[in-house]
Amino acid sequence: MFSRAYRAVITLPPTLWVAVLLLVPYTLLFCYSFWSVSPSQAIVHSWTLDNYREFFRVNVYLQTLFRSMWIAARVTFFSLLLGYPLAYYLSFHAGKRKDLFYQLVIIPLWVSYLVRAYAWKTILGSDGVLNTLLQYVHLTKHPVEFLLYSPFAVVLTLTHIYTPFAFLPIYASLEHIPRNLVEASHDLGGSPFQTFWRVIFPLSIPGVLAGATFAFVLSLGDFLAPLLLGGPSGIMISNIVVSLFGAAYNWPLGAAISLCMLVLVVGLLFLSEKLEKKWSFR
Amino acid sequence: MSNNGSVHMSRWLPWHAIAVFAFLYLPIVTLVVYSFNRSGVGGFPPHNLTLDWYRMLFSDYAIWTSVLNSVLVAFSAMAISLAFGIPAALALDRANFPGKALFRRLVLLPLILPGIITGLSLLMLFRQADVKLSLVTIVLGHGTALISVATTEVFAGLQKLDRAQEEASLDLGANYWQTFCRVTIPNLRLSIIGAALLIFTLSMDEIAVSFFLIGRDNTLPLEIWGRLRRGITPEINAISSIIFLFSLAAIVTWYHLRLSAEAKPGIAAELVETAAQGD
Repeated sequence: MFSRAYRAVITLPPTLWVAVLLLVPYTLLFCYSFWSVSPSQAIVHSWTLDNYREFFRVNVYLQTLFRSMWIAARVTFFSLLLGYPLAYYLSFHAGKRKDLFYQLVIIPLWVSYLVRAYAWKTILGSDGVLNTLLQYVHLTKHPVEFLLYSPFAVVLTLTHIYTPFAFLPIYASLEHIPRNLVEASHDLGGSPFQTFWRVIFPLSIPGVLAGATFAFVLSLGDFLAPLLLGGPSGIMISNIVVSLFGAAYNWPLGAAISLCMLVLVVGLLFLSEKLEKKWSFR
Repeated sequence: MSNNGSVHMSRWLPWHAIAVFAFLYLPIVTLVVYSFNRSGVGGFPPHNLTLDWYRMLFSDYAIWTSVLNSVLVAFSAMAISLAFGIPAALALDRANFPGKALFRRLVLLPLILPGIITGLSLLMLFRQADVKLSLVTIVLGHGTALISVATTEVFAGLQKLDRAQEEASLDLGANYWQTFCRVTIPNLRLSIIGAALLIFTLSMDEIAVSFFLIGRDNTLPLEIWGRLRRGITPEINAISSIIFLFSLAAIVTWYHLRLSAEAKPGIAAELVETAAQGD
Protein backbone atom coordinates (compact mmCIF):
# COMPACT_ATOMS: atom_id res chain seq x y z
CA MET A 1 0.00 0.00 0.00
CA PHE A 2 2.98 2.33 0.39
CA SER A 3 4.73 3.57 -2.73
CA ARG A 4 8.46 3.30 -3.33
CA ALA A 5 8.90 7.03 -2.93
CA TYR A 6 7.17 6.97 0.47
CA ARG A 7 9.35 4.13 1.63
CA ALA A 8 12.49 5.89 0.38
CA VAL A 9 11.52 9.06 2.23
CA ILE A 10 11.04 7.27 5.54
CA THR A 11 14.08 5.03 5.11
CA LEU A 12 16.88 7.17 3.71
CA PRO A 13 17.24 10.00 6.25
CA PRO A 14 17.39 7.81 9.37
CA THR A 15 19.65 5.18 7.79
CA LEU A 16 22.06 7.82 6.51
CA TRP A 17 22.14 9.63 9.85
CA VAL A 18 22.66 6.42 11.78
CA ALA A 19 25.35 5.30 9.32
CA VAL A 20 27.34 8.50 9.74
CA LEU A 21 26.85 9.04 13.47
CA LEU A 22 26.73 5.46 14.77
CA LEU A 23 28.14 3.01 12.25
CA VAL A 24 31.18 5.14 11.40
CA PRO A 25 32.04 5.92 15.06
CA TYR A 26 31.74 2.28 16.15
CA THR A 27 33.85 1.28 13.14
CA LEU A 28 36.41 3.92 14.09
CA LEU A 29 36.53 2.45 17.58
CA PHE A 30 37.31 -0.89 15.97
CA CYS A 31 40.05 0.63 13.78
CA TYR A 32 41.61 2.63 16.61
CA SER A 33 41.96 -0.52 18.66
CA PHE A 34 44.43 -1.83 16.05
CA TRP A 35 46.40 1.42 15.76
CA SER A 36 49.06 2.75 18.12
CA VAL A 37 50.50 5.97 19.54
CA SER A 38 53.97 7.19 18.66
CA PRO A 39 56.27 8.56 21.40
CA SER A 40 55.36 12.04 20.19
CA GLN A 41 51.73 11.14 20.94
CA ALA A 42 50.55 11.02 17.35
CA ILE A 43 48.24 8.22 16.21
CA VAL A 44 50.09 5.70 14.01
CA HIS A 45 47.72 4.29 11.43
CA SER A 46 49.37 0.93 10.91
CA TRP A 47 47.67 -2.27 12.01
CA THR A 48 48.92 -4.08 15.09
CA LEU A 49 47.61 -6.43 17.76
CA ASP A 50 49.80 -4.82 20.45
CA ASN A 51 46.89 -3.16 22.29
CA TYR A 52 45.11 -6.45 22.75
CA ARG A 53 48.36 -8.12 23.77
CA GLU A 54 48.92 -5.43 26.35
CA PHE A 55 45.37 -5.73 27.65
CA PHE A 56 45.75 -9.46 28.22
CA ARG A 57 49.34 -9.23 29.47
CA VAL A 58 49.22 -6.37 31.98
CA ASN A 59 47.67 -7.67 35.17
CA VAL A 60 45.96 -4.50 36.26
CA TYR A 61 43.69 -4.39 33.21
CA LEU A 62 42.38 -7.92 33.51
CA GLN A 63 42.15 -7.63 37.29
CA THR A 64 40.07 -4.49 36.94
CA LEU A 65 37.87 -6.14 34.36
CA PHE A 66 37.28 -9.10 36.68
CA ARG A 67 36.63 -6.76 39.61
CA SER A 68 34.08 -4.88 37.50
CA MET A 69 32.39 -8.16 36.59
CA TRP A 70 32.37 -9.18 40.24
CA ILE A 71 30.87 -5.84 41.26
CA ALA A 72 28.31 -6.13 38.44
CA ALA A 73 27.49 -9.69 39.51
CA ARG A 74 26.84 -8.57 43.09
CA VAL A 75 24.72 -5.65 41.87
CA THR A 76 22.73 -8.08 39.72
CA PHE A 77 22.24 -10.46 42.63
CA PHE A 78 21.04 -7.77 45.04
CA SER A 79 18.85 -6.08 42.43
CA LEU A 80 17.09 -9.39 41.81
CA LEU A 81 16.87 -10.05 45.54
CA LEU A 82 15.16 -6.69 46.01
CA GLY A 83 13.30 -6.58 42.71
CA TYR A 84 11.81 -10.06 42.41
CA PRO A 85 9.87 -10.30 45.69
CA LEU A 86 8.71 -6.73 45.19
CA ALA A 87 7.46 -7.51 41.68
CA TYR A 88 5.80 -10.68 42.97
CA TYR A 89 4.14 -8.80 45.81
CA LEU A 90 2.85 -6.09 43.48
CA SER A 91 1.62 -8.50 40.87
CA PHE A 92 -0.10 -11.02 43.15
CA HIS A 93 -0.76 -9.50 46.56
CA ALA A 94 -0.88 -5.71 46.42
CA GLY A 95 -4.52 -5.47 45.36
CA LYS A 96 -5.79 -1.93 44.82
CA ARG A 97 -2.50 -0.31 45.73
CA LYS A 98 -0.75 -1.99 42.81
CA ASP A 99 -0.73 1.06 40.51
CA LEU A 100 0.43 3.42 43.20
CA PHE A 101 3.27 1.09 44.22
CA TYR A 102 4.22 0.64 40.61
CA GLN A 103 4.55 4.40 40.15
CA LEU A 104 6.58 4.56 43.34
CA VAL A 105 9.13 2.18 41.83
CA ILE A 106 9.31 4.25 38.64
CA ILE A 107 9.73 7.70 40.21
CA PRO A 108 13.34 7.26 41.41
CA LEU A 109 14.26 6.45 37.80
CA TRP A 110 13.51 10.07 36.97
CA VAL A 111 15.87 11.45 39.56
CA SER A 112 19.24 12.19 38.08
CA TYR A 113 21.60 9.26 38.32
CA LEU A 114 24.49 11.53 39.28
CA VAL A 115 22.43 13.15 41.99
CA ARG A 116 21.47 9.83 43.52
CA ALA A 117 25.08 8.66 43.54
CA TYR A 118 25.99 11.98 45.16
CA ALA A 119 23.24 11.52 47.76
CA TRP A 120 24.74 8.17 48.75
CA LYS A 121 28.07 9.89 49.12
CA THR A 122 26.58 12.34 51.61
CA ILE A 123 25.01 9.42 53.48
CA LEU A 124 28.04 7.12 53.61
CA GLY A 125 30.90 9.59 54.23
CA SER A 126 32.90 9.54 57.46
CA ASP A 127 31.07 12.69 58.62
CA GLY A 128 28.03 11.72 56.56
CA VAL A 129 24.46 11.15 57.62
CA LEU A 130 24.80 7.48 58.50
CA ASN A 131 27.98 7.80 60.54
CA THR A 132 26.75 10.80 62.49
CA LEU A 133 23.47 8.97 63.08
CA LEU A 134 25.34 5.94 64.44
CA GLN A 135 27.31 8.20 66.76
CA TYR A 136 24.20 10.13 67.73
CA VAL A 137 22.50 6.97 68.96
CA HIS A 138 25.81 5.83 70.50
CA LEU A 139 26.19 2.72 68.39
CA THR A 140 29.76 3.65 67.51
CA LYS A 141 32.24 6.14 68.93
CA HIS A 142 34.25 6.64 65.78
CA PRO A 143 33.04 6.91 62.20
CA VAL A 144 32.84 3.60 60.33
CA GLU A 145 35.35 4.15 57.54
CA PHE A 146 34.68 1.29 55.17
CA LEU A 147 31.28 2.69 54.17
CA LEU A 148 32.61 5.16 51.63
CA TYR A 149 35.44 4.74 49.12
CA SER A 150 35.08 1.00 48.87
CA PRO A 151 33.59 -1.55 46.48
CA PHE A 152 30.79 -1.84 49.07
CA ALA A 153 29.73 1.76 48.38
CA VAL A 154 29.79 1.14 44.64
CA VAL A 155 27.71 -2.04 44.93
CA LEU A 156 25.21 -0.33 47.23
CA THR A 157 24.80 2.70 44.97
CA LEU A 158 24.56 0.70 41.77
CA THR A 159 22.05 -1.67 43.39
CA HIS A 160 19.99 1.37 44.34
CA ILE A 161 20.13 2.64 40.77
CA TYR A 162 19.49 -0.62 38.93
CA THR A 163 16.88 -2.28 41.17
CA PRO A 164 14.02 -0.59 39.24
CA PHE A 165 15.60 -1.82 35.99
CA ALA A 166 15.61 -5.38 37.32
CA PHE A 167 12.11 -4.97 38.71
CA LEU A 168 10.42 -3.80 35.49
CA PRO A 169 10.89 -6.81 33.19
CA ILE A 170 10.20 -9.20 36.08
CA TYR A 171 6.99 -7.39 36.90
CA ALA A 172 5.99 -7.42 33.23
CA SER A 173 6.58 -11.18 32.96
CA LEU A 174 4.61 -11.84 36.17
CA GLU A 175 1.74 -9.71 34.87
CA HIS A 176 1.65 -11.78 31.69
CA ILE A 177 1.13 -15.04 33.57
CA PRO A 178 -2.47 -16.19 32.95
CA ARG A 179 -4.16 -16.15 36.34
CA ASN A 180 -6.16 -19.27 35.59
CA LEU A 181 -2.91 -21.27 35.55
CA VAL A 182 -2.30 -20.21 39.14
CA GLU A 183 -5.88 -21.03 40.08
CA ALA A 184 -5.65 -24.41 38.38
CA SER A 185 -2.58 -25.18 40.45
CA HIS A 186 -4.43 -24.23 43.65
CA ASP A 187 -7.50 -26.23 42.65
CA LEU A 188 -5.41 -29.29 41.93
CA GLY A 189 -4.13 -29.15 45.48
CA GLY A 190 -0.79 -27.41 44.94
CA SER A 191 0.44 -25.58 48.02
CA PRO A 192 1.35 -21.91 47.59
CA PHE A 193 4.99 -22.97 47.74
CA GLN A 194 4.53 -25.55 44.98
CA THR A 195 2.46 -23.14 42.92
CA PHE A 196 5.18 -20.56 43.14
CA TRP A 197 8.11 -22.83 42.31
CA ARG A 198 6.42 -24.96 39.68
CA VAL A 199 4.09 -22.51 37.96
CA ILE A 200 4.90 -18.89 38.64
CA PHE A 201 8.68 -18.92 38.86
CA PRO A 202 9.36 -20.89 35.66
CA LEU A 203 7.04 -18.57 33.75
CA SER A 204 8.84 -15.50 35.08
CA ILE A 205 12.32 -16.65 34.03
CA PRO A 206 12.40 -14.56 30.82
CA GLY A 207 11.73 -11.47 32.94
CA VAL A 208 14.41 -12.45 35.43
CA LEU A 209 16.90 -12.95 32.60
CA ALA A 210 16.07 -9.57 31.07
CA GLY A 211 16.28 -7.83 34.45
CA ALA A 212 19.55 -9.53 35.32
CA THR A 213 21.05 -8.62 31.95
CA PHE A 214 20.09 -4.98 32.41
CA ALA A 215 21.53 -4.77 35.89
CA PHE A 216 24.73 -6.55 34.92
CA VAL A 217 25.42 -4.73 31.66
CA LEU A 218 24.56 -1.27 32.95
CA SER A 219 26.62 -1.60 36.11
CA LEU A 220 29.56 -3.22 34.30
CA GLY A 221 30.14 -0.13 32.18
CA ASP A 222 29.64 2.40 34.97
CA PHE A 223 32.37 4.91 35.67
CA LEU A 224 30.77 7.65 37.77
CA ALA A 225 29.85 5.66 40.87
CA PRO A 226 33.41 4.26 41.19
CA LEU A 227 34.90 7.74 40.75
CA LEU A 228 32.56 9.29 43.30
CA LEU A 229 32.32 6.50 45.85
CA GLY A 230 34.75 3.75 44.95
CA GLY A 231 38.12 4.98 46.09
CA PRO A 232 41.24 3.19 44.84
CA SER A 233 39.86 -0.29 45.60
CA GLY A 234 36.61 0.37 43.75
CA ILE A 235 38.05 1.36 40.39
CA MET A 236 36.23 -0.25 37.46
CA ILE A 237 37.19 -0.97 33.88
CA SER A 238 35.49 2.15 32.47
CA ASN A 239 37.62 4.30 34.77
CA ILE A 240 40.71 2.88 33.09
CA VAL A 241 39.25 3.66 29.69
CA VAL A 242 38.45 7.22 30.80
CA SER A 243 41.99 7.75 32.02
CA LEU A 244 43.43 6.31 28.79
CA PHE A 245 41.36 8.82 26.85
CA GLY A 246 42.38 11.61 29.21
CA ALA A 247 45.60 12.03 31.11
CA ALA A 248 47.26 8.77 30.04
CA TYR A 249 46.56 9.62 26.41
CA ASN A 250 46.55 6.21 24.80
CA TRP A 251 43.40 6.17 22.67
CA PRO A 252 44.24 2.93 20.82
CA LEU A 253 44.62 0.96 24.06
CA GLY A 254 41.45 2.59 25.41
CA ALA A 255 39.67 1.61 22.21
CA ALA A 256 40.88 -1.99 22.50
CA ILE A 257 39.61 -2.26 26.09
CA SER A 258 36.30 -0.68 25.08
CA LEU A 259 35.97 -3.14 22.25
CA CYS A 260 36.54 -6.06 24.62
CA MET A 261 33.81 -4.58 26.83
CA LEU A 262 31.54 -4.19 23.82
CA VAL A 263 32.07 -7.81 22.78
CA LEU A 264 31.36 -8.94 26.33
CA VAL A 265 28.17 -6.89 26.55
CA VAL A 266 26.85 -7.84 23.12
CA GLY A 267 27.67 -11.49 23.83
CA LEU A 268 25.73 -11.36 27.08
CA LEU A 269 22.75 -9.70 25.42
CA PHE A 270 22.78 -12.31 22.69
CA LEU A 271 22.98 -15.12 25.23
CA SER A 272 20.18 -13.74 27.36
CA GLU A 273 18.01 -13.24 24.29
CA LYS A 274 18.54 -16.89 23.29
CA LEU A 275 17.79 -18.09 26.82
CA GLU A 276 14.71 -15.91 27.05
CA LYS A 277 13.37 -17.41 23.84
CA LYS A 278 14.02 -20.88 25.20
CA TRP A 279 12.13 -20.14 28.40
CA SER A 280 9.25 -18.14 27.03
CA PHE A 281 6.01 -20.07 26.75
CA ARG A 282 4.37 -18.05 24.01
CA MET B 1 -6.73 -13.97 42.88
CA SER B 2 -7.28 -16.55 45.55
CA ASN B 3 -4.93 -16.04 48.42
CA ASN B 4 -5.91 -19.15 50.34
CA GLY B 5 -3.03 -20.65 52.18
CA SER B 6 -0.37 -18.21 50.99
CA VAL B 7 -0.17 -16.78 54.49
CA HIS B 8 3.53 -17.46 54.92
CA MET B 9 4.69 -15.59 51.87
CA SER B 10 2.25 -12.75 52.15
CA ARG B 11 3.33 -12.08 55.71
CA TRP B 12 6.87 -11.05 54.91
CA LEU B 13 6.30 -9.73 51.39
CA PRO B 14 4.80 -6.37 52.48
CA TRP B 15 7.73 -5.86 54.86
CA HIS B 16 10.16 -6.60 52.08
CA ALA B 17 8.31 -4.10 49.89
CA ILE B 18 8.51 -1.45 52.60
CA ALA B 19 12.23 -2.10 52.99
CA VAL B 20 12.83 -1.78 49.24
CA PHE B 21 10.88 1.47 49.06
CA ALA B 22 12.83 2.80 52.03
CA PHE B 23 16.05 1.91 50.24
CA LEU B 24 14.89 3.56 47.01
CA TYR B 25 13.72 6.76 48.69
CA LEU B 26 16.32 7.19 51.42
CA PRO B 27 18.82 9.08 49.23
CA ILE B 28 16.11 11.25 47.69
CA VAL B 29 14.68 12.22 51.07
CA THR B 30 18.16 12.86 52.44
CA LEU B 31 18.95 15.04 49.48
CA VAL B 32 15.89 17.23 49.95
CA VAL B 33 16.15 17.45 53.76
CA TYR B 34 19.81 18.46 53.72
CA SER B 35 19.19 21.15 51.13
CA PHE B 36 17.72 23.06 54.11
CA ASN B 37 20.54 22.21 56.51
CA ARG B 38 22.69 25.18 57.46
CA SER B 39 25.69 23.18 58.61
CA GLY B 40 26.32 21.24 55.41
CA VAL B 41 25.49 17.99 53.66
CA GLY B 42 26.19 15.55 56.50
CA GLY B 43 25.60 15.50 60.22
CA PHE B 44 22.71 13.92 62.06
CA PRO B 45 20.27 15.21 63.07
CA PRO B 46 19.83 18.07 60.60
CA HIS B 47 19.39 21.32 62.49
CA ASN B 48 19.23 25.07 61.87
CA LEU B 49 16.97 24.83 58.87
CA THR B 50 17.63 27.58 56.37
CA LEU B 51 16.86 28.74 52.85
CA ASP B 52 20.36 30.14 52.44
CA TRP B 53 21.48 27.45 50.04
CA TYR B 54 18.55 28.24 47.78
CA ARG B 55 19.38 31.94 48.01
CA MET B 56 22.97 31.20 47.14
CA LEU B 57 21.82 28.99 44.29
CA PHE B 58 19.62 31.69 42.78
CA SER B 59 22.53 34.07 42.51
CA ASP B 60 24.90 31.39 41.18
CA TYR B 61 25.51 32.45 37.61
CA ALA B 62 27.48 29.36 36.55
CA ILE B 63 24.73 26.94 37.59
CA TRP B 64 22.01 28.79 35.73
CA THR B 65 24.14 29.08 32.61
CA SER B 66 24.61 25.32 32.71
CA VAL B 67 20.87 24.80 33.27
CA LEU B 68 20.19 26.94 30.22
CA ASN B 69 22.77 24.97 28.22
CA SER B 70 21.19 21.70 29.29
CA VAL B 71 17.70 22.86 28.35
CA LEU B 72 18.96 24.01 24.94
CA VAL B 73 20.77 20.71 24.40
CA ALA B 74 17.74 18.70 25.52
CA PHE B 75 15.36 20.53 23.17
CA SER B 76 17.73 20.23 20.21
CA ALA B 77 18.43 16.57 20.95
CA MET B 78 14.68 15.99 21.18
CA ALA B 79 14.19 17.58 17.75
CA ILE B 80 16.92 15.43 16.18
CA SER B 81 15.80 12.20 17.81
CA LEU B 82 12.19 12.70 16.79
CA ALA B 83 13.06 13.90 13.28
CA PHE B 84 14.98 10.69 12.63
CA GLY B 85 13.35 8.34 15.12
CA ILE B 86 9.81 8.68 13.79
CA PRO B 87 10.78 7.85 10.18
CA ALA B 88 13.04 5.10 11.50
CA ALA B 89 10.10 3.50 13.29
CA LEU B 90 7.95 3.85 10.17
CA ALA B 91 10.72 2.32 8.08
CA LEU B 92 11.11 -0.63 10.45
CA ASP B 93 7.35 -1.10 10.44
CA ARG B 94 6.57 -0.83 6.75
CA ALA B 95 9.60 -0.87 4.48
CA ASN B 96 12.03 -3.58 3.49
CA PHE B 97 15.51 -2.43 2.68
CA PRO B 98 18.95 -4.00 2.61
CA GLY B 99 20.59 -3.88 6.02
CA LYS B 100 17.29 -3.55 7.89
CA ALA B 101 18.30 -6.02 10.60
CA LEU B 102 21.65 -4.25 11.05
CA PHE B 103 19.91 -0.89 11.14
CA ARG B 104 17.50 -2.04 13.84
CA ARG B 105 20.31 -3.27 16.04
CA LEU B 106 22.49 -0.26 15.39
CA VAL B 107 19.74 2.17 16.38
CA LEU B 108 19.20 0.34 19.68
CA LEU B 109 22.89 -0.05 20.46
CA PRO B 110 23.35 3.27 22.35
CA LEU B 111 20.52 2.25 24.64
CA ILE B 112 22.14 -0.99 25.72
CA LEU B 113 25.86 -0.28 25.44
CA PRO B 114 27.60 1.50 28.29
CA GLY B 115 27.31 5.22 27.49
CA ILE B 116 31.06 5.60 27.63
CA ILE B 117 31.52 3.44 24.49
CA THR B 118 29.11 5.56 22.46
CA GLY B 119 30.69 8.72 23.87
CA LEU B 120 34.24 7.89 22.96
CA SER B 121 33.28 6.46 19.55
CA LEU B 122 31.68 9.81 18.73
CA LEU B 123 34.71 11.61 20.11
CA MET B 124 36.84 9.67 17.60
CA LEU B 125 34.50 10.67 14.78
CA PHE B 126 34.66 14.36 15.67
CA ARG B 127 38.42 14.18 16.12
CA GLN B 128 38.79 12.48 12.72
CA ALA B 129 36.50 14.99 11.04
CA ASP B 130 38.24 17.91 12.79
CA VAL B 131 35.05 19.10 14.46
CA LYS B 132 35.63 21.31 17.47
CA LEU B 133 33.94 20.06 20.64
CA SER B 134 31.12 22.28 21.87
CA LEU B 135 27.47 22.11 22.83
CA VAL B 136 26.78 21.25 19.19
CA THR B 137 28.74 18.00 19.45
CA ILE B 138 26.83 17.18 22.64
CA VAL B 139 23.54 17.82 20.82
CA LEU B 140 24.64 15.52 17.99
CA GLY B 141 25.64 12.87 20.52
CA HIS B 142 22.43 13.03 22.55
CA GLY B 143 20.26 13.36 19.46
CA THR B 144 21.83 10.28 17.89
CA ALA B 145 21.93 8.12 21.01
CA LEU B 146 18.31 8.93 21.84
CA ILE B 147 16.95 8.07 18.38
CA SER B 148 16.67 4.66 20.01
CA VAL B 149 14.08 5.99 22.46
CA ALA B 150 11.99 7.72 19.79
CA THR B 151 12.14 4.65 17.57
CA THR B 152 11.11 2.14 20.26
CA GLU B 153 8.28 4.33 21.52
CA VAL B 154 6.87 5.15 18.09
CA PHE B 155 7.35 1.60 16.86
CA ALA B 156 5.32 0.35 19.82
CA GLY B 157 2.64 2.92 18.94
CA LEU B 158 2.61 1.78 15.32
CA GLN B 159 1.93 -1.80 16.39
CA LYS B 160 -1.35 -0.63 17.88
CA LEU B 161 -2.24 1.59 14.95
CA ASP B 162 -5.08 0.47 12.72
CA ARG B 163 -3.61 0.59 9.25
CA ALA B 164 -7.06 0.61 7.64
CA GLN B 165 -7.38 4.27 8.61
CA GLU B 166 -4.33 5.21 6.57
CA GLU B 167 -5.56 3.05 3.72
CA ALA B 168 -8.95 4.78 3.81
CA SER B 169 -7.26 8.17 3.75
CA LEU B 170 -5.20 7.21 0.71
CA ASP B 171 -8.22 5.69 -1.04
CA LEU B 172 -10.17 8.89 -0.48
CA GLY B 173 -7.58 10.80 -2.46
CA ALA B 174 -5.29 12.21 0.20
CA ASN B 175 -1.61 12.05 -0.71
CA TYR B 176 1.04 10.46 1.49
CA TRP B 177 2.04 13.71 3.14
CA GLN B 178 -1.57 14.59 4.04
CA THR B 179 -2.16 11.07 5.32
CA PHE B 180 1.00 11.27 7.39
CA CYS B 181 0.08 14.63 8.92
CA ARG B 182 -3.61 14.03 9.45
CA VAL B 183 -3.89 10.31 10.17
CA THR B 184 -0.56 8.74 11.11
CA ILE B 185 0.86 11.45 13.37
CA PRO B 186 -2.38 12.19 15.30
CA ASN B 187 -2.72 8.46 15.98
CA LEU B 188 0.83 8.32 17.29
CA ARG B 189 0.36 11.46 19.38
CA LEU B 190 0.74 9.76 22.75
CA SER B 191 3.80 7.76 21.74
CA ILE B 192 5.45 10.88 20.38
CA ILE B 193 4.72 13.01 23.44
CA GLY B 194 5.92 10.18 25.65
CA ALA B 195 9.11 9.79 23.66
CA ALA B 196 9.71 13.55 23.67
CA LEU B 197 9.32 13.71 27.43
CA LEU B 198 11.59 10.76 27.99
CA ILE B 199 14.24 12.08 25.59
CA PHE B 200 14.16 15.47 27.28
CA THR B 201 14.63 13.95 30.74
CA LEU B 202 17.33 11.52 29.64
CA SER B 203 19.23 14.28 27.85
CA MET B 204 19.00 16.61 30.87
CA ASP B 205 20.53 13.85 32.99
CA GLU B 206 23.00 12.42 30.46
CA ILE B 207 26.61 12.41 31.51
CA ALA B 208 28.59 9.51 29.96
CA VAL B 209 28.34 10.74 26.36
CA SER B 210 28.60 14.43 27.33
CA PHE B 211 31.68 13.64 29.38
CA PHE B 212 33.64 12.97 26.18
CA LEU B 213 32.03 15.54 23.91
CA ILE B 214 32.16 18.55 26.20
CA GLY B 215 33.71 21.76 24.92
CA ARG B 216 34.01 24.94 26.97
CA ASP B 217 30.36 25.20 28.00
CA ASN B 218 29.08 22.88 30.70
CA THR B 219 25.75 21.13 30.84
CA LEU B 220 24.14 20.91 34.28
CA PRO B 221 25.27 17.36 35.12
CA LEU B 222 28.84 18.21 34.13
CA GLU B 223 28.71 21.42 36.15
CA ILE B 224 27.53 19.43 39.16
CA TRP B 225 30.17 16.81 38.45
CA GLY B 226 32.88 19.48 38.43
CA ARG B 227 31.67 20.83 41.76
CA LEU B 228 31.48 17.39 43.35
CA ARG B 229 35.16 16.98 42.72
CA ARG B 230 35.98 20.30 44.35
CA GLY B 231 34.00 19.68 47.52
CA ILE B 232 30.33 19.52 48.22
CA THR B 233 27.82 22.03 49.59
CA PRO B 234 24.03 21.79 50.03
CA GLU B 235 23.75 24.07 47.02
CA ILE B 236 23.96 20.88 44.97
CA ASN B 237 21.17 19.42 47.10
CA ALA B 238 19.13 22.54 46.40
CA ILE B 239 19.47 22.45 42.61
CA SER B 240 18.84 18.67 42.62
CA SER B 241 15.70 19.10 44.72
CA ILE B 242 14.37 21.73 42.35
CA ILE B 243 15.02 19.51 39.36
CA PHE B 244 13.42 16.55 41.13
CA LEU B 245 10.34 18.68 41.70
CA PHE B 246 10.23 19.54 38.00
CA SER B 247 10.57 15.92 36.87
CA LEU B 248 7.92 14.88 39.36
CA ALA B 249 5.58 17.47 37.88
CA ALA B 250 6.42 16.16 34.41
CA ILE B 251 5.69 12.55 35.38
CA VAL B 252 2.40 13.43 37.04
CA THR B 253 1.33 15.49 34.03
CA TRP B 254 2.28 12.69 31.70
CA TYR B 255 0.56 10.11 33.86
CA HIS B 256 -2.72 12.03 33.82
CA LEU B 257 -2.44 12.64 30.11
CA ARG B 258 -1.95 8.95 29.53
CA LEU B 259 -4.60 7.92 32.04
CA SER B 260 -7.19 10.08 30.32
CA ALA B 261 -6.36 8.43 27.00
CA GLU B 262 -5.86 4.81 28.00
CA ALA B 263 -4.85 2.94 31.11
CA LYS B 264 -1.28 1.94 30.42
CA PRO B 265 1.91 1.56 32.42
CA GLY B 266 4.59 4.24 32.47
CA ILE B 267 6.66 4.87 29.40
CA ALA B 268 9.97 4.24 31.07
CA ALA B 269 8.69 0.78 31.85
CA GLU B 270 7.52 0.21 28.34
CA LEU B 271 10.86 1.30 27.02
CA VAL B 272 12.71 -1.15 29.22
CA GLU B 273 10.31 -3.87 28.15
CA THR B 274 10.68 -3.20 24.44
CA ALA B 275 14.44 -2.92 24.75
CA ALA B 276 14.46 -6.22 26.63
CA GLN B 277 12.64 -7.87 23.77
CA GLY B 278 15.20 -6.52 21.34
CA ASP B 279 12.87 -4.94 18.85
